Amino acid sequence: MGEPYLLSARETVNAVQNGDLTAEECLHSALERIKEVEQHVHAFITLREDVALKMAREIDRKVRKGKALGRLGRVCIALKDNLCTKDFPTTCGSRMLESFSPPYNATVVENLMKEGAILLGKTNMDEFAMGTSTETSYFGPTRNPWHPDHVPGGSSGGSAAAVASKEVVLALGSDTGGSVRCPASFCSVVGMKPTYGLVSRYGLIAYANSLEQIGPLSRDVYDCALLLSVIAHHDPSDSTSLTSPRQDYTSFLRKDLEGLKIGVPKEFFGEGVDERVVKPLRKNIDSLESLGASWAECSLPTLKYALPAYYLIAMSEASSNLARYDGVRYGYSQEYSSKDWNTVFSKNRRRGFGTEVRRRIILGTYALSSGYYDMYYLKALKVRTLIKADFDKAFQDFDVLVGPTMPILPFKFSEKINDPLELYMCDLLTVPQNLVGCPAISIPCGFVEGLPVGMQITAPPLREDLLFRVAYALEQHNPVEKG
Amino acid sequence: MLMNAASKISEKEVEHIANLARIELTEEEKRNFTEQFNTILEYFEIINDLDTEDVPPTSHVLDVTNAFREDKVSPSLAVEEVLKNASKKERGFFKAPKII
Repeated sequence: MGEPYLLSARETVNAVQNGDLTAEECLHSALERIKEVEQHVHAFITLREDVALKMAREIDRKVRKGKALGRLGRVCIALKDNLCTKDFPTTCGSRMLESFSPPYNATVVENLMKEGAILLGKTNMDEFAMGTSTETSYFGPTRNPWHPDHVPGGSSGGSAAAVASKEVVLALGSDTGGSVRCPASFCSVVGMKPTYGLVSRYGLIAYANSLEQIGPLSRDVYDCALLLSVIAHHDPSDSTSLTSPRQDYTSFLRKDLEGLKIGVPKEFFGEGVDERVVKPLRKNIDSLESLGASWAECSLPTLKYALPAYYLIAMSEASSNLARYDGVRYGYSQEYSSKDWNTVFSKNRRRGFGTEVRRRIILGTYALSSGYYDMYYLKALKVRTLIKADFDKAFQDFDVLVGPTMPILPFKFSEKINDPLELYMCDLLTVPQNLVGCPAISIPCGFVEGLPVGMQITAPPLREDLLFRVAYALEQHNPVEKG
Repeated sequence: MLMNAASKISEKEVEHIANLARIELTEEEKRNFTEQFNTILEYFEIINDLDTEDVPPTSHVLDVTNAFREDKVSPSLAVEEVLKNASKKERGFFKAPKII
Protein backbone atom coordinates (compact mmCIF):
# COMPACT_ATOMS: atom_id res chain seq x y z
CA MET A 1 0.00 0.00 0.00
CA GLY A 2 1.31 3.45 -0.94
CA GLU A 3 0.74 6.73 0.81
CA PRO A 4 -2.85 6.95 2.14
CA TYR A 5 -3.58 10.12 0.13
CA LEU A 6 -3.13 8.08 -3.06
CA LEU A 7 -5.96 5.69 -2.18
CA SER A 8 -9.42 6.07 -3.66
CA ALA A 9 -12.42 6.32 -1.32
CA ARG A 10 -13.21 2.67 -1.93
CA GLU A 11 -9.62 1.63 -1.11
CA THR A 12 -9.50 3.88 1.95
CA VAL A 13 -12.68 2.40 3.41
CA ASN A 14 -11.47 -1.14 2.68
CA ALA A 15 -8.01 -0.55 4.13
CA VAL A 16 -9.58 0.92 7.20
CA GLN A 17 -11.95 -1.97 7.62
CA ASN A 18 -8.97 -4.30 7.53
CA GLY A 19 -7.52 -2.27 10.39
CA ASP A 20 -4.63 -0.94 8.35
CA LEU A 21 -5.26 2.73 8.79
CA THR A 22 -6.56 5.22 11.30
CA ALA A 23 -8.49 8.35 10.39
CA GLU A 24 -5.68 10.43 11.83
CA GLU A 25 -3.16 8.73 9.53
CA CYS A 26 -5.39 9.39 6.51
CA LEU A 27 -5.71 13.03 7.50
CA HIS A 28 -1.97 13.52 8.09
CA SER A 29 -1.17 12.05 4.71
CA ALA A 30 -3.66 14.43 3.05
CA LEU A 31 -2.26 17.41 4.96
CA GLU A 32 1.30 16.54 3.90
CA ARG A 33 0.15 16.40 0.31
CA ILE A 34 -1.66 19.71 0.67
CA LYS A 35 1.47 21.32 2.13
CA GLU A 36 3.32 20.19 -0.96
CA VAL A 37 0.93 21.26 -3.72
CA GLU A 38 -1.57 23.83 -2.42
CA GLN A 39 0.81 26.77 -3.02
CA HIS A 40 0.82 25.88 -6.73
CA VAL A 41 -2.87 25.11 -7.08
CA HIS A 42 -4.77 27.34 -4.62
CA ALA A 43 -7.76 25.03 -4.44
CA PHE A 44 -8.90 26.09 -0.98
CA ILE A 45 -10.42 29.25 0.44
CA THR A 46 -10.53 27.84 3.96
CA LEU A 47 -8.49 24.93 5.30
CA ARG A 48 -8.93 23.99 8.95
CA GLU A 49 -6.46 21.41 10.23
CA ASP A 50 -7.83 21.74 13.77
CA VAL A 51 -11.43 21.02 12.73
CA ALA A 52 -10.37 18.10 10.53
CA LEU A 53 -8.17 16.65 13.28
CA LYS A 54 -11.03 16.80 15.75
CA MET A 55 -13.26 14.95 13.28
CA ALA A 56 -10.58 12.34 12.58
CA ARG A 57 -9.98 11.66 16.27
CA GLU A 58 -13.70 11.40 16.90
CA ILE A 59 -13.95 8.80 14.12
CA ASP A 60 -11.02 6.81 15.53
CA ARG A 61 -12.60 6.91 18.97
CA LYS A 62 -15.87 5.54 17.58
CA VAL A 63 -14.03 2.75 15.80
CA ARG A 64 -12.17 1.77 18.97
CA LYS A 65 -15.54 1.49 20.66
CA GLY A 66 -16.56 -0.93 17.94
CA LYS A 67 -19.04 1.36 16.21
CA ALA A 68 -19.73 1.08 12.49
CA LEU A 69 -17.48 3.21 10.33
CA GLY A 70 -19.90 4.46 7.68
CA ARG A 71 -19.66 4.31 3.91
CA LEU A 72 -17.11 7.14 3.73
CA GLY A 73 -15.17 6.13 6.82
CA ARG A 74 -11.97 8.24 7.10
CA VAL A 75 -12.22 9.61 3.57
CA CYS A 76 -10.87 13.17 3.26
CA ILE A 77 -13.38 15.44 1.57
CA ALA A 78 -13.46 19.10 0.50
CA LEU A 79 -16.61 21.17 0.04
CA LYS A 80 -17.34 23.95 -2.40
CA ASP A 81 -17.58 27.18 -0.48
CA ASN A 82 -21.26 27.75 -1.29
CA LEU A 83 -22.30 24.85 0.97
CA CYS A 84 -23.20 26.07 4.44
CA THR A 85 -21.02 24.70 7.23
CA LYS A 86 -21.10 25.39 10.95
CA ASP A 87 -17.41 24.53 11.37
CA PHE A 88 -16.03 26.63 8.52
CA PRO A 89 -16.86 30.09 7.21
CA THR A 90 -18.84 30.04 3.95
CA THR A 91 -17.82 32.80 1.54
CA CYS A 92 -19.31 31.81 -1.82
CA GLY A 93 -16.07 33.18 -3.28
CA SER A 94 -17.38 36.67 -2.56
CA ARG A 95 -16.39 39.70 -0.55
CA MET A 96 -20.11 39.92 0.28
CA LEU A 97 -19.83 36.81 2.47
CA GLU A 98 -16.14 37.09 3.40
CA SER A 99 -16.89 36.82 7.11
CA PHE A 100 -20.15 34.86 6.98
CA SER A 101 -20.39 32.02 9.45
CA PRO A 102 -23.53 29.91 8.85
CA PRO A 103 -25.48 28.84 11.93
CA TYR A 104 -26.31 25.46 10.37
CA ASN A 105 -24.93 22.71 8.11
CA ALA A 106 -26.25 21.97 4.62
CA THR A 107 -28.06 18.60 4.52
CA VAL A 108 -25.29 17.10 2.34
CA VAL A 109 -22.70 18.09 4.96
CA GLU A 110 -24.68 16.31 7.67
CA ASN A 111 -24.88 13.24 5.42
CA LEU A 112 -21.12 13.16 4.87
CA MET A 113 -20.41 13.42 8.59
CA LYS A 114 -22.91 10.67 9.38
CA GLU A 115 -20.98 8.37 7.05
CA GLY A 116 -17.64 9.04 8.72
CA ALA A 117 -16.03 11.48 6.28
CA ILE A 118 -13.30 13.90 7.37
CA LEU A 119 -14.06 17.44 6.17
CA LEU A 120 -10.88 19.41 5.50
CA GLY A 121 -12.13 22.71 4.25
CA LYS A 122 -13.88 24.81 1.67
CA THR A 123 -12.83 25.11 -1.94
CA ASN A 124 -12.42 28.07 -4.24
CA MET A 125 -15.10 28.95 -6.76
CA ASP A 126 -16.29 31.63 -9.12
CA GLU A 127 -18.12 34.24 -7.08
CA PHE A 128 -21.64 33.00 -6.31
CA ALA A 129 -20.93 30.12 -8.76
CA MET A 130 -21.10 32.52 -11.70
CA GLY A 131 -18.30 31.60 -14.05
CA THR A 132 -16.48 28.97 -16.05
CA SER A 133 -12.89 29.52 -14.93
CA THR A 134 -12.77 30.23 -11.14
CA GLU A 135 -11.25 33.58 -12.12
CA THR A 136 -14.11 35.61 -10.62
CA SER A 137 -13.36 34.46 -7.06
CA TYR A 138 -12.74 37.35 -4.67
CA PHE A 139 -9.92 35.24 -3.21
CA GLY A 140 -7.93 34.88 -6.43
CA PRO A 141 -7.96 32.13 -9.07
CA THR A 142 -7.29 28.39 -8.74
CA ARG A 143 -4.73 26.96 -11.15
CA ASN A 144 -5.14 23.94 -13.36
CA PRO A 145 -3.06 21.19 -11.71
CA TRP A 146 -1.97 19.90 -15.14
CA HIS A 147 -0.94 23.27 -16.49
CA PRO A 148 -0.46 26.28 -14.17
CA ASP A 149 -1.03 28.82 -16.97
CA HIS A 150 -4.49 27.43 -17.65
CA VAL A 151 -7.79 27.73 -15.81
CA PRO A 152 -9.18 24.73 -13.91
CA GLY A 153 -12.68 25.39 -15.23
CA GLY A 154 -15.52 26.55 -13.04
CA SER A 155 -17.37 27.38 -11.12
CA SER A 156 -16.36 24.44 -8.85
CA GLY A 157 -12.72 24.87 -9.93
CA GLY A 158 -11.29 24.49 -6.42
CA SER A 159 -13.12 21.21 -5.82
CA ALA A 160 -11.94 19.71 -9.13
CA ALA A 161 -8.35 20.92 -8.67
CA ALA A 162 -8.24 19.56 -5.10
CA VAL A 163 -9.31 16.11 -6.33
CA ALA A 164 -7.05 16.19 -9.41
CA SER A 165 -3.97 17.16 -7.40
CA LYS A 166 -4.84 14.48 -4.82
CA GLU A 167 -5.19 16.92 -1.95
CA VAL A 168 -8.47 15.21 -1.10
CA VAL A 169 -10.09 11.95 -2.17
CA LEU A 170 -13.52 13.41 -2.90
CA ALA A 171 -15.16 16.79 -3.19
CA LEU A 172 -18.60 18.28 -3.59
CA GLY A 173 -19.41 21.00 -6.09
CA SER A 174 -22.59 22.55 -7.38
CA ASP A 175 -23.77 22.52 -10.98
CA THR A 176 -26.14 25.23 -12.28
CA GLY A 177 -25.06 25.11 -15.93
CA GLY A 178 -22.05 22.79 -15.90
CA SER A 179 -20.18 24.01 -12.82
CA VAL A 180 -19.24 20.47 -11.74
CA ARG A 181 -18.79 18.91 -15.19
CA CYS A 182 -16.71 21.74 -16.68
CA PRO A 183 -13.94 21.71 -14.03
CA ALA A 184 -14.09 17.90 -13.95
CA SER A 185 -13.37 17.90 -17.69
CA PHE A 186 -10.65 20.61 -17.47
CA CYS A 187 -8.91 18.85 -14.53
CA SER A 188 -9.32 15.24 -15.74
CA VAL A 189 -11.48 13.97 -12.89
CA VAL A 190 -14.98 12.49 -12.70
CA GLY A 191 -17.82 14.91 -11.95
CA MET A 192 -21.57 14.54 -12.21
CA LYS A 193 -24.76 16.53 -11.98
CA PRO A 194 -27.63 14.48 -10.55
CA THR A 195 -31.25 14.61 -11.70
CA TYR A 196 -32.89 17.84 -10.50
CA GLY A 197 -34.35 17.18 -7.05
CA LEU A 198 -32.32 14.04 -6.29
CA VAL A 199 -29.93 15.77 -3.87
CA SER A 200 -31.19 18.21 -1.24
CA ARG A 201 -30.26 21.84 -1.90
CA TYR A 202 -30.90 22.81 1.72
CA GLY A 203 -27.88 24.87 2.76
CA LEU A 204 -26.62 25.43 -0.79
CA ILE A 205 -26.40 29.19 -1.29
CA ALA A 206 -28.83 29.84 -4.11
CA TYR A 207 -27.84 31.16 -7.53
CA ALA A 208 -30.58 29.77 -9.84
CA ASN A 209 -32.90 27.43 -7.96
CA SER A 210 -34.73 25.80 -10.84
CA LEU A 211 -31.46 24.66 -12.43
CA GLU A 212 -28.92 23.73 -9.79
CA GLN A 213 -27.90 20.55 -8.05
CA ILE A 214 -25.05 19.60 -5.73
CA GLY A 215 -22.79 17.03 -7.40
CA PRO A 216 -19.83 14.75 -6.55
CA LEU A 217 -16.25 14.99 -7.88
CA SER A 218 -13.86 12.05 -7.63
CA ARG A 219 -10.83 10.34 -9.14
CA ASP A 220 -12.85 7.42 -10.54
CA VAL A 221 -16.40 6.41 -11.42
CA TYR A 222 -16.84 4.00 -8.49
CA ASP A 223 -16.09 6.76 -5.97
CA CYS A 224 -18.48 9.12 -7.76
CA ALA A 225 -21.29 6.55 -7.49
CA LEU A 226 -20.40 5.98 -3.83
CA LEU A 227 -20.52 9.68 -2.96
CA LEU A 228 -23.83 10.15 -4.78
CA SER A 229 -25.29 7.20 -2.86
CA VAL A 230 -24.50 9.05 0.38
CA ILE A 231 -25.93 12.45 -0.57
CA ALA A 232 -28.97 11.46 -2.66
CA HIS A 233 -32.11 11.09 -0.62
CA HIS A 234 -35.31 12.87 0.28
CA ASP A 235 -35.02 15.87 2.56
CA PRO A 236 -38.12 17.55 3.99
CA SER A 237 -36.13 20.79 4.34
CA ASP A 238 -36.00 21.16 0.53
CA SER A 239 -39.46 21.38 -1.02
CA THR A 240 -38.08 20.36 -4.43
CA SER A 241 -36.42 17.23 -3.04
CA LEU A 242 -37.73 14.06 -4.71
CA THR A 243 -39.20 11.24 -2.69
CA SER A 244 -37.64 8.48 -4.80
CA PRO A 245 -36.15 5.62 -2.75
CA ARG A 246 -32.46 5.59 -1.73
CA GLN A 247 -30.17 3.68 -4.03
CA ASP A 248 -26.70 2.22 -3.93
CA TYR A 249 -25.36 3.50 -7.24
CA THR A 250 -22.22 1.36 -7.01
CA SER A 251 -24.45 -1.68 -7.56
CA PHE A 252 -25.06 -0.63 -11.20
CA LEU A 253 -21.41 -0.74 -12.24
CA ARG A 254 -20.70 -3.41 -14.83
CA LYS A 255 -17.92 -3.97 -17.32
CA ASP A 256 -20.19 -4.45 -20.32
CA LEU A 257 -22.83 -2.39 -22.09
CA GLU A 258 -24.83 -5.35 -23.41
CA GLY A 259 -28.09 -4.26 -25.05
CA LEU A 260 -27.68 -0.49 -24.55
CA LYS A 261 -28.50 1.99 -27.31
CA ILE A 262 -26.31 5.07 -27.35
CA GLY A 263 -27.13 8.28 -29.17
CA VAL A 264 -24.48 10.64 -30.52
CA PRO A 265 -26.20 14.00 -31.18
CA LYS A 266 -24.54 15.67 -34.15
CA GLU A 267 -24.99 19.10 -32.51
CA PHE A 268 -22.57 18.01 -29.75
CA PHE A 269 -19.91 17.95 -32.46
CA GLY A 270 -21.18 20.91 -34.46
CA GLU A 271 -20.72 24.66 -34.57
CA GLY A 272 -18.53 26.09 -31.80
CA VAL A 273 -16.93 22.76 -30.91
CA ASP A 274 -13.14 22.58 -31.32
CA GLU A 275 -11.98 19.61 -33.41
CA ARG A 276 -9.26 18.91 -30.86
CA VAL A 277 -11.73 17.95 -28.11
CA VAL A 278 -13.51 15.56 -30.46
CA LYS A 279 -10.52 13.41 -31.35
CA PRO A 280 -9.93 11.76 -27.94
CA LEU A 281 -13.63 10.85 -27.80
CA ARG A 282 -13.38 8.65 -30.88
CA LYS A 283 -11.66 5.89 -28.95
CA ASN A 284 -14.53 5.72 -26.46
CA ILE A 285 -17.21 5.84 -29.15
CA ASP A 286 -15.39 3.13 -31.11
CA SER A 287 -15.34 0.92 -27.99
CA LEU A 288 -19.10 1.07 -27.48
CA GLU A 289 -19.78 -1.77 -29.89
CA SER A 290 -17.10 -4.07 -28.56
CA LEU A 291 -18.65 -3.55 -25.11
CA GLY A 292 -22.00 -4.79 -26.44
CA ALA A 293 -23.80 -1.49 -27.10
CA SER A 294 -25.05 -0.11 -30.38
CA TRP A 295 -24.75 3.55 -31.29
CA ALA A 296 -26.15 5.89 -33.90
CA GLU A 297 -26.06 9.56 -34.74
CA CYS A 298 -29.10 11.56 -33.66
CA SER A 299 -30.17 15.19 -33.47
CA LEU A 300 -31.26 17.76 -30.89
CA PRO A 301 -32.41 20.50 -33.27
CA THR A 302 -33.04 23.16 -30.59
CA LEU A 303 -29.64 22.74 -28.89
CA LYS A 304 -28.25 26.09 -30.03
CA TYR A 305 -31.09 27.89 -28.27
CA ALA A 306 -30.24 26.28 -24.92
CA LEU A 307 -27.42 28.70 -24.12
CA PRO A 308 -29.39 31.96 -24.44
CA ALA A 309 -32.44 30.38 -22.75
CA TYR A 310 -30.24 29.16 -19.91
CA TYR A 311 -28.56 32.52 -19.34
CA LEU A 312 -31.84 34.44 -19.41
CA ILE A 313 -33.38 32.09 -16.85
CA ALA A 314 -30.27 31.84 -14.65
CA MET A 315 -29.74 35.61 -14.59
CA SER A 316 -33.41 36.25 -13.84
CA GLU A 317 -33.40 33.80 -10.94
CA ALA A 318 -30.08 35.24 -9.73
CA SER A 319 -31.42 38.78 -9.67
CA SER A 320 -34.22 37.60 -7.42
CA ASN A 321 -32.07 35.32 -5.22
CA LEU A 322 -29.31 37.83 -4.65
CA ALA A 323 -31.75 40.59 -3.68
CA ARG A 324 -31.36 39.33 -0.11
CA TYR A 325 -27.83 40.70 0.21
CA ASP A 326 -28.45 44.05 1.79
CA GLY A 327 -25.73 43.89 4.44
CA VAL A 328 -28.24 44.07 7.31
CA ARG A 329 -28.71 40.49 8.54
CA TYR A 330 -25.40 39.24 7.18
CA GLY A 331 -22.92 40.09 4.47
CA TYR A 332 -20.67 42.98 3.56
CA SER A 333 -21.62 46.25 5.12
CA GLN A 334 -19.87 49.56 5.31
CA GLU A 335 -20.60 52.08 8.00
CA TYR A 336 -24.14 53.38 7.79
CA SER A 337 -24.17 57.08 7.25
CA SER A 338 -27.19 59.32 7.42
CA LYS A 339 -27.92 58.51 3.78
CA ASP A 340 -31.19 56.87 2.84
CA TRP A 341 -31.81 53.12 2.92
CA ASN A 342 -31.53 52.63 -0.86
CA THR A 343 -28.23 54.46 -1.11
CA VAL A 344 -26.75 52.34 1.69
CA PHE A 345 -27.94 49.12 -0.01
CA SER A 346 -26.64 50.23 -3.42
CA LYS A 347 -23.23 51.02 -1.98
CA ASN A 348 -23.00 47.75 -0.02
CA ARG A 349 -23.97 45.73 -3.08
CA ARG A 350 -21.59 47.67 -5.32
CA ARG A 351 -18.64 46.94 -3.09
CA GLY A 352 -19.68 43.48 -1.90
CA PHE A 353 -20.29 41.96 -5.34
CA GLY A 354 -17.70 41.53 -8.09
CA THR A 355 -18.22 42.62 -11.70
CA GLU A 356 -19.67 39.37 -13.08
CA VAL A 357 -22.20 39.05 -10.26
CA ARG A 358 -23.31 42.65 -10.77
CA ARG A 359 -23.51 42.08 -14.50
CA ARG A 360 -25.80 39.08 -14.09
CA ILE A 361 -28.02 40.69 -11.46
CA ILE A 362 -28.57 43.76 -13.64
CA LEU A 363 -29.22 41.76 -16.83
CA GLY A 364 -31.58 39.47 -14.89
CA THR A 365 -33.42 42.46 -13.49
CA TYR A 366 -33.74 43.77 -17.05
CA ALA A 367 -35.12 40.44 -18.37
CA LEU A 368 -37.75 40.47 -15.62
CA SER A 369 -38.65 44.13 -15.85
CA SER A 370 -41.92 45.49 -17.12
CA GLY A 371 -41.99 45.59 -20.92
CA TYR A 372 -39.21 42.99 -21.33
CA TYR A 373 -40.55 40.08 -19.29
CA ASP A 374 -42.47 38.49 -22.19
CA MET A 375 -39.70 39.14 -24.67
CA TYR A 376 -36.88 37.61 -22.64
CA TYR A 377 -37.83 35.65 -19.52
CA LEU A 378 -41.14 34.15 -20.65
CA LYS A 379 -39.76 33.43 -24.11
CA ALA A 380 -36.80 31.59 -22.53
CA LEU A 381 -39.19 29.45 -20.46
CA LYS A 382 -41.07 28.49 -23.62
CA VAL A 383 -37.84 27.62 -25.39
CA ARG A 384 -37.01 25.46 -22.37
CA THR A 385 -40.19 23.47 -23.09
CA LEU A 386 -39.04 22.86 -26.68
CA ILE A 387 -35.56 21.77 -25.59
CA LYS A 388 -37.08 19.36 -23.09
CA ALA A 389 -39.25 17.92 -25.85
CA ASP A 390 -36.13 17.36 -27.97
CA PHE A 391 -34.43 15.42 -25.18
CA ASP A 392 -37.59 13.41 -24.44
CA LYS A 393 -37.72 12.45 -28.10
CA ALA A 394 -34.05 11.42 -28.20
CA PHE A 395 -34.54 9.28 -25.09
CA GLN A 396 -37.33 7.37 -26.84
CA ASP A 397 -34.68 5.94 -29.14
CA PHE A 398 -31.59 5.93 -26.93
CA ASP A 399 -30.65 5.00 -23.38
CA VAL A 400 -27.97 7.68 -23.05
CA LEU A 401 -26.43 10.45 -25.16
CA VAL A 402 -22.68 11.06 -25.43
CA GLY A 403 -20.43 13.90 -26.60
CA PRO A 404 -17.67 16.17 -25.37
CA THR A 405 -18.21 17.89 -22.00
CA MET A 406 -16.58 21.16 -23.07
CA PRO A 407 -16.49 22.56 -26.60
CA ILE A 408 -12.91 23.79 -26.10
CA LEU A 409 -9.66 22.87 -24.34
CA PRO A 410 -8.84 24.48 -20.97
CA PHE A 411 -7.92 28.08 -21.83
CA LYS A 412 -5.32 30.44 -20.40
CA PHE A 413 -5.88 32.93 -17.61
CA SER A 414 -7.24 36.29 -18.80
CA GLU A 415 -7.93 34.82 -22.24
CA LYS A 416 -11.71 35.17 -21.98
CA ILE A 417 -12.49 36.97 -18.74
CA ASN A 418 -12.86 40.38 -20.42
CA ASP A 419 -15.38 39.14 -22.96
CA PRO A 420 -18.39 37.87 -21.01
CA LEU A 421 -20.23 36.49 -24.03
CA GLU A 422 -17.21 34.45 -25.14
CA LEU A 423 -17.00 32.99 -21.64
CA TYR A 424 -20.73 32.15 -21.63
CA MET A 425 -20.23 30.25 -24.92
CA CYS A 426 -18.02 27.72 -23.10
CA ASP A 427 -21.18 26.37 -21.43
CA LEU A 428 -22.72 25.37 -24.76
CA LEU A 429 -22.84 21.61 -24.07
CA THR A 430 -23.43 21.62 -20.30
CA VAL A 431 -26.43 23.94 -19.86
CA PRO A 432 -29.08 21.85 -21.70
CA GLN A 433 -29.04 19.17 -18.98
CA ASN A 434 -29.79 21.78 -16.30
CA LEU A 435 -32.68 23.21 -18.32
CA VAL A 436 -34.13 19.73 -18.80
CA GLY A 437 -33.26 18.42 -15.30
CA CYS A 438 -31.57 15.22 -16.46
CA PRO A 439 -28.37 13.76 -14.99
CA ALA A 440 -25.00 13.99 -16.73
CA ILE A 441 -21.46 12.92 -15.94
CA SER A 442 -18.05 13.97 -17.24
CA ILE A 443 -15.30 11.35 -17.33
CA PRO A 444 -11.63 11.81 -18.28
CA CYS A 445 -11.04 10.93 -21.88
CA GLY A 446 -7.40 11.76 -22.56
CA PHE A 447 -5.07 14.68 -23.15
CA VAL A 448 -4.53 16.96 -26.13
CA GLU A 449 -1.43 19.16 -26.15
CA GLY A 450 -1.01 18.26 -22.48
CA LEU A 451 -4.51 19.47 -21.61
CA PRO A 452 -7.37 17.26 -20.36
CA VAL A 453 -10.46 16.42 -22.39
CA GLY A 454 -13.66 15.04 -20.87
CA MET A 455 -16.51 13.00 -22.29
CA GLN A 456 -20.05 13.78 -21.21
CA ILE A 457 -22.76 11.17 -20.84
CA THR A 458 -26.37 12.31 -20.42
CA ALA A 459 -29.22 10.06 -19.24
CA PRO A 460 -32.99 10.54 -18.82
CA PRO A 461 -34.17 11.88 -15.44
CA LEU A 462 -33.53 9.44 -12.57
CA ARG A 463 -31.52 7.07 -14.77
CA GLU A 464 -28.25 7.57 -12.87
CA ASP A 465 -27.94 3.77 -13.06
CA LEU A 466 -27.38 4.00 -16.84
CA LEU A 467 -25.06 6.97 -16.47
CA PHE A 468 -22.76 5.15 -14.06
CA ARG A 469 -22.92 1.90 -15.98
CA VAL A 470 -21.74 3.50 -19.23
CA ALA A 471 -19.16 5.67 -17.46
CA TYR A 472 -17.72 2.71 -15.56
CA ALA A 473 -17.54 0.37 -18.56
CA LEU A 474 -15.71 3.01 -20.63
CA GLU A 475 -13.36 3.87 -17.76
CA GLN A 476 -12.43 0.21 -17.28
CA HIS A 477 -12.08 -0.45 -21.00
CA ASN A 478 -10.08 2.67 -21.89
CA PRO A 479 -8.09 3.77 -18.86
CA VAL A 480 -6.72 7.29 -19.31
CA GLU A 481 -2.97 7.70 -19.13
CA LYS A 482 -2.54 10.62 -16.76
CA GLY A 483 -0.49 13.55 -17.99
CA MET B 1 -44.49 45.55 -28.33
CA LEU B 2 -42.44 44.90 -31.43
CA MET B 3 -39.90 42.15 -30.83
CA ASN B 4 -36.79 43.90 -32.08
CA ALA B 5 -37.62 47.56 -31.82
CA ALA B 6 -36.45 47.77 -28.20
CA SER B 7 -33.48 45.43 -28.50
CA LYS B 8 -30.80 48.07 -27.89
CA ILE B 9 -30.36 49.06 -24.32
CA SER B 10 -29.21 52.62 -23.62
CA GLU B 11 -26.87 53.89 -20.93
CA LYS B 12 -29.86 55.61 -19.34
CA GLU B 13 -31.74 52.30 -19.17
CA VAL B 14 -28.75 50.50 -17.65
CA GLU B 15 -28.62 53.19 -14.99
CA HIS B 16 -32.34 52.79 -14.33
CA ILE B 17 -32.18 48.98 -14.12
CA ALA B 18 -29.09 49.07 -11.88
CA ASN B 19 -31.00 51.39 -9.62
CA LEU B 20 -33.94 48.95 -9.51
CA ALA B 21 -31.43 46.21 -8.58
CA ARG B 22 -29.92 48.51 -5.91
CA ILE B 23 -26.44 48.42 -7.38
CA GLU B 24 -24.45 51.62 -7.69
CA LEU B 25 -22.40 51.93 -10.90
CA THR B 26 -19.52 54.20 -11.81
CA GLU B 27 -19.66 56.14 -15.08
CA GLU B 28 -17.10 53.77 -16.59
CA GLU B 29 -19.11 50.71 -15.55
CA LYS B 30 -22.25 52.21 -17.02
CA ARG B 31 -20.45 52.59 -20.36
CA ASN B 32 -18.90 49.12 -20.25
CA PHE B 33 -22.07 47.35 -19.16
CA THR B 34 -24.15 49.12 -21.81
CA GLU B 35 -21.78 48.00 -24.53
CA GLN B 36 -21.58 44.43 -23.20
CA PHE B 37 -25.33 44.16 -22.62
CA ASN B 38 -26.01 45.14 -26.21
CA THR B 39 -23.70 42.41 -27.49
CA ILE B 40 -25.12 39.82 -25.10
CA LEU B 41 -28.79 40.72 -25.71
CA GLU B 42 -28.29 40.73 -29.45
CA TYR B 43 -26.99 37.18 -29.22
CA PHE B 44 -29.76 36.10 -26.82
CA GLU B 45 -32.34 37.20 -29.35
CA ILE B 46 -31.64 34.19 -31.56
CA ILE B 47 -34.33 32.55 -29.42
CA ASN B 48 -36.81 34.64 -31.38
CA ASP B 49 -36.12 32.38 -34.38
CA LEU B 50 -38.20 29.73 -32.64
CA ASP B 51 -41.96 29.82 -32.97
CA THR B 52 -43.37 29.48 -29.44
CA GLU B 53 -46.91 30.59 -30.24
CA ASP B 54 -48.69 27.64 -28.60
CA VAL B 55 -45.86 26.46 -26.36
CA PRO B 56 -46.44 26.58 -22.60
CA PRO B 57 -43.57 27.89 -20.43
CA THR B 58 -41.52 25.51 -18.23
CA SER B 59 -40.52 27.26 -15.03
CA HIS B 60 -39.77 24.01 -13.28
CA VAL B 61 -38.87 20.55 -14.57
CA LEU B 62 -40.45 18.51 -11.77
CA ASP B 63 -44.03 17.30 -11.78
CA VAL B 64 -44.27 18.21 -8.11
CA THR B 65 -46.64 21.15 -7.65
CA ASN B 66 -46.84 21.50 -3.89
CA ALA B 67 -44.87 19.87 -1.10
CA PHE B 68 -46.97 19.96 2.03
CA ARG B 69 -45.90 18.98 5.50
CA GLU B 70 -47.62 18.82 8.84
CA ASP B 71 -47.80 22.14 10.60
CA LYS B 72 -45.74 21.05 13.58
CA VAL B 73 -43.64 23.28 15.78
CA SER B 74 -39.96 22.37 15.79
CA PRO B 75 -36.97 24.12 17.39
CA SER B 76 -35.60 27.15 15.58
CA LEU B 77 -32.26 28.94 15.86
CA ALA B 78 -31.38 30.83 19.03
CA VAL B 79 -31.52 34.63 18.79
CA GLU B 80 -27.75 35.02 19.25
CA GLU B 81 -27.13 32.51 16.44
CA VAL B 82 -29.44 34.43 14.14
CA LEU B 83 -27.80 37.75 14.96
CA LYS B 84 -24.19 36.64 14.95
CA ASN B 85 -23.54 37.64 11.34
CA ALA B 86 -25.23 41.04 11.52
CA SER B 87 -23.01 44.10 11.22
CA LYS B 88 -25.18 45.99 13.67
CA LYS B 89 -27.63 44.75 16.26
CA GLU B 90 -29.38 46.16 19.27
CA ARG B 91 -31.44 44.53 22.03
CA GLY B 92 -32.02 41.33 20.11
CA PHE B 93 -32.84 43.06 16.81
CA PHE B 94 -31.04 43.67 13.53
CA LYS B 95 -30.18 47.32 13.18
CA ALA B 96 -30.94 48.67 9.71
CA PRO B 97 -30.28 52.07 8.14
CA LYS B 98 -32.78 54.82 8.81
CA ILE B 99 -35.81 54.60 6.56
CA ILE B 100 -37.65 57.85 7.21
